[in-house]
Amino acid sequence: MRIGVVTFPGSLDDSSALRAIRLAGGDPVSLFHASDDLKEVQAVVLPGGFSYGDYLRCGAISRFAPIMESIIVAADHGFPVLGICNGFQILTESHLLPGALIRNQDLHFICTDQAVTVENTQTPWTNGYEQGQRIVIPIKNGEGSFQASADTLKELEDEGRIVLRYADKNPNGSQNNIAGITNARGNVVGVMPHPEQAIENLTGPSEDGLTFFTSILHSLVGR
Amino acid sequence: MATIIVEVMLKPEILDPQGQAVASALPRLGFTFAKSVRQGKRFEIEVDGEPTHAQLAEVEQAAEKLLSNPVIETYVVKVQS
Repeated sequence: MRIGVVTFPGSLDDSSALRAIRLAGGDPVSLFHASDDLKEVQAVVLPGGFSYGDYLRCGAISRFAPIMESIIVAADHGFPVLGICNGFQILTESHLLPGALIRNQDLHFICTDQAVTVENTQTPWTNGYEQGQRIVIPIKNGEGSFQASADTLKELEDEGRIVLRYADKNPNGSQNNIAGITNARGNVVGVMPHPEQAIENLTGPSEDGLTFFTSILHSLVGR
Repeated sequence: MATIIVEVMLKPEILDPQGQAVASALPRLGFTFAKSVRQGKRFEIEVDGEPTHAQLAEVEQAAEKLLSNPVIETYVVKVQS
């Protein structure tokens, strides 16, 4: 199962995402922002970091990278895409996901282990979790506050498209405690917390994040 | 030569924590005039000669597509000779 990870100028967590895919049992494939070649991968991860230095707006310039043109076309046909942190920001800038991510309410860059609940287990990236399962994975961002219009929020809630919600406390002023969402079709998922940083107890707060990567492999086998 | 100005502001309903931080710093310096502060971005785009309608239409497109995020921001295009 070939899963791609895109490296943009300023990506930080691309190697961690590649490693998470390998530990989950997949075949990780490096993809490069300046090429439109998806190298026959069956799903793709947009990793965290500060692509293009977060200039203009987080994700705003990456959205126009050649690889994104290919990903946007593929995603419209059901290709699974996971955006983590900066990857989530790129997905909202690409309009593959609704809403936007703005500066954290208290202006702090927040780096901590965060409890979240999994609220949608129907996506190819979350099918291995239990509905309502509480997991602990790190957040590390300065612009993680999810904002959307009242209509969009209602649509997300009514259609069960909230994938992750902050538990215990809301770290950044995100509307409805949203930490992750999916598109109407369910193939594109964006999350602010970093599942690729919680894949083994030696280096992370838990192994809870690994299920994102075993889920996608499971869903690809089932196709 | 003229300069086309694009000003981008967060929509009024979107929380602006940076503007709020500025608003709360002002009184600490003795400036008590501000009821509230909103922070935005300003782009200065130089063009040769007076901008044509076609150029201005293109700037509008660029403002919509790249310079602003219509989900959370609004923009205004002005010309400064």
